[in-house]
Amino acid sequence: MSNLCNLTIAEASKQLAEGKITSADLTKSVLERIEQVEPKVEAYLKVLEDSALKEAEASDKRRQAGKPLSKLDGVPIAVKDLFCTKDVETTAASNILKGFVPCYEATAVKKLKDAGVVLVGKLNQDAFAHGSSTENSDFKVTKNPWDLERVPGGSSGGSAAAVAADECLGALGTDTGGSIRQPASLCGVVGLKPTYGRVSRYGVIAMASSLDVIGPLAKTTEDAALIMEVIAGRDSLDGTTLGAPVPEYSKELEKDMKGLKVGVPKEYFAEGMDEDVKKVIEKSVEKLKSLGAEIAEISLPHTDMALATYYILQPAEVSSNLSRYDGIKYGFSTLREEKEQPLEKVYFESRGQGFGAEAKRRVMLGTHVLSAGYYDAYYKKAMKLRTLVKKDFDEAFKKVDVIVTPVSPTPAFKIGEKSDNPIQMYLSDIYTVPINPAGVPAISTPAGFVERDGKKLPVGIQIIGPMLGEPVILNVSYQLEKALSLKDRPKL
Amino acid sequence: MTEEFRTVIGLEIHVQLNTRAKMFCGCDNNAEGKEPNTVVCPVCMGMPGTLPVASREAIEKTIKLGLALGCEIPKISKFDRKHYFYPDLPKGYQISQYDQPFCKGGQIELESGTVKLNRVHLEEDAGKLVHPKGSKYSIVDLNRAGTPLLEIVSEPDITSPAMAKDYMKELHLILRNLRISDADMEKGQMRCDANISVQLKGERRKGKVASSPIVEIKNLNSFRFVEKALAHEEKKLQEEFEKWPEKKTKLTHGFDSNRGTTYPMREKEEAKDYRYFPEPDVPPFDLTRFPIEKWKKELPKLPSHHRARLSELGLTKEEANIIAKDDTIKDVIENVAEKNKAIIGKLLINNVEARKLSIEALNQIADTIRDGSPSNWVRDMIRRSVKSGKLPLEIVKETKGLAPSSEEISEKTKEFTKFLISENPDVVQKHKAGKAGALEFLIGQGMKMTKGTVNPKELREELVKQLEEEKR
Repeated sequence: MSNLCNLTIAEASKQLAEGKITSADLTKSVLERIEQVEPKVEAYLKVLEDSALKEAEASDKRRQAGKPLSKLDGVPIAVKDLFCTKDVETTAASNILKGFVPCYEATAVKKLKDAGVVLVGKLNQDAFAHGSSTENSDFKVTKNPWDLERVPGGSSGGSAAAVAADECLGALGTDTGGSIRQPASLCGVVGLKPTYGRVSRYGVIAMASSLDVIGPLAKTTEDAALIMEVIAGRDSLDGTTLGAPVPEYSKELEKDMKGLKVGVPKEYFAEGMDEDVKKVIEKSVEKLKSLGAEIAEISLPHTDMALATYYILQPAEVSSNLSRYDGIKYGFSTLREEKEQPLEKVYFESRGQGFGAEAKRRVMLGTHVLSAGYYDAYYKKAMKLRTLVKKDFDEAFKKVDVIVTPVSPTPAFKIGEKSDNPIQMYLSDIYTVPINPAGVPAISTPAGFVERDGKKLPVGIQIIGPMLGEPVILNVSYQLEKALSLKDRPKL
Repeated sequence: MTEEFRTVIGLEIHVQLNTRAKMFCGCDNNAEGKEPNTVVCPVCMGMPGTLPVASREAIEKTIKLGLALGCEIPKISKFDRKHYFYPDLPKGYQISQYDQPFCKGGQIELESGTVKLNRVHLEEDAGKLVHPKGSKYSIVDLNRAGTPLLEIVSEPDITSPAMAKDYMKELHLILRNLRISDADMEKGQMRCDANISVQLKGERRKGKVASSPIVEIKNLNSFRFVEKALAHEEKKLQEEFEKWPEKKTKLTHGFDSNRGTTYPMREKEEAKDYRYFPEPDVPPFDLTRFPIEKWKKELPKLPSHHRARLSELGLTKEEANIIAKDDTIKDVIENVAEKNKAIIGKLLINNVEARKLSIEALNQIADTIRDGSPSNWVRDMIRRSVKSGKLPLEIVKETKGLAPSSEEISEKTKEFTKFLISENPDVVQKHKAGKAGALEFLIGQGMKMTKGTVNPKELREELVKQLEEEKR
């Protein structure tokens, strides 16, 4: 029983359906695992032990009555703290939201619960998803399960670490410029950034609304597909969700790779990439070739502009989305210490103390690019460039079925290594960022390992698809996963 | 002195739409009489992670106003975020429209001239700050937050405070006509910010028209206050024209309705910068996919149309004005017989009771009036008809009184007149002898005998006719 937490979602689902295991035993195993490794990994901000066990028991009753809600009924899953959870504190790992208990549920969480999923807890992240290492959390630093001296990546670092450490069977994260894919790569798990609008953003605390997407982090491609089947689809509460029907992603994984056209963009292999990482990626591309895929070099000419575009649009939207945390509502406020203060003082001091350095940096950048006299030079231009970036991908997907690139230029870096250098930190997202302004889907799949300080560190490969091309990238990811057959697990 | 100056006024008018739900959520849009913060949800409270979904009803009503005002409806429209910090603005930004509003241009026709419009855009209203008496703090009521709010911006085409009032009144009428807003100014459903400047006619300074600063008077909430505040400001601007430093171009004033004067409002040193950018949570609208032609056909006629038509029918300007504003009378006039429209219009203005009559009843009554003002007989007939719910002709038949107009009624009148003459031989004699007043006496008798159910005009005609015949 103690090893149940090692199961994949697909395995657990099968065994639950066959009556070999119960959700209660599975959930207990996960909670024991958390108790055991959490002091080292620190992936969770909140573990919902009591409610998880209750939900597991309810799930078992449904199974006994022959009325499971879905394939995932009784499967323990955790979510990033950016997801609003009804009656459960939701902080986005930021002080300014500490103590905030939403009276509503994020649509993605609601869909999971409606499918009978057991909610294990809320996962750590960079505050407001600002960062690539989870060091920007106002509450704790999550460690990489492969090497506890290293970061798990970010901003969905808690989600990636928890999945890698078997502290849940799967997790939800969010991705604005790589926040699912980069930590997935650094922690050796699968992370899917779906097409913009494929999964409802309702109830997920916004970072940059036109770039944010919600997606799964899981131990396998099949698991990611199973979660996607539950959370994807139109939502009347999110006007940007797409109406296209949701495919059965898990049924489209077995197609072989013969004749599949794989594009490798030259711009992504230019410079600054770790040599060992490069080798892992090249080996994976070879693997795809050996599976029958046709490899072609392609060009995404506006790649460097995609970065510039992202670093204007993203802070602009961040500065706007963070306006509602005015130091009067929600968590931290100087009003709690001193009741009578002039309004402006409340704004300045609460926001000044409540937000971390990275949030303030982005608010300042974003406010600047939206200011009168600068709007045309920055924001407007960035919007135009965004169209060109999209066009790059449109053109490329006329020639190839998927595009493969590295996820991160380096494996997991040491805690503290980049925290004083925001530019270095931003550069760790250099291969993932251009995908978000384009809106297309991309997945990070474990591709191999590099060795650092005598420890194996995972490296992921990014597989990018056209709009609503989740089925094809999941298919490629699944086939690559099967062919590579990586068996290593972190030792904790 | 006033002849030297030209007054330039432009109005920005905010109007709450009477939609079922709020602008971006499903909350009831009618919070009247509700406890503070009870008609709210996570969306209109701007809580973390919540998203706006635009109300189609609000967009439809906005575009209908645009169509009625002759605005251009563009192919693409979108919402933008307008940023500022204030405790009644839950998200720290207002979802408004910046450069692609739903309606562009348009105009309102007034008797005193045409006022061109700049635009009509749609946004969400903010909440309200409440200042408890004697406290040093304010509390926030978000019931109003998220109410769909139109902003109707005129060009500076208004040339006097009286014209500004006319413009407001006309817009008010149009909004009510279209049934898109109750536009109750006392309830804040229609609010006005007025911009005024005065220019020295014919004089140019440094190549520019010599102008006073533009004064914006905020939050005028009645027709009378709009006129009063502008008149006060106009006078002040003229009197102090030479005193203004050239640099000062824009001032913000409030209006003290008790004193009828304006006063400077505290202004921030720095210029306002709302940092507009396109609202990413609400995708842009392709208006070519909206049934705009259908909406155009469904539009009710504007007051200016009604006024013109009523004048053509022979009503006076005053009467036309009254009827154009009165939905009940207007609806009735639409439906009564063409030849009776003017008569019934006049009747309904003056006779409240007549408003309770059916179209058929009104047509029958009108047939008896033809010209002149309604007689006591008519008034009595209205009263009886309203009370009994019967048509005037039925009443005439039942009471064996006389129906004045139709052939049948004329027969009755003839018979009655004969009867009247035979019953009053001495009066008839006196009349024949040329005694003044004898005819009037006979008519009076007739009215008395029929309890006023006879048309005195017809009775007179018939009496004269029959008496003439008797003479021969």
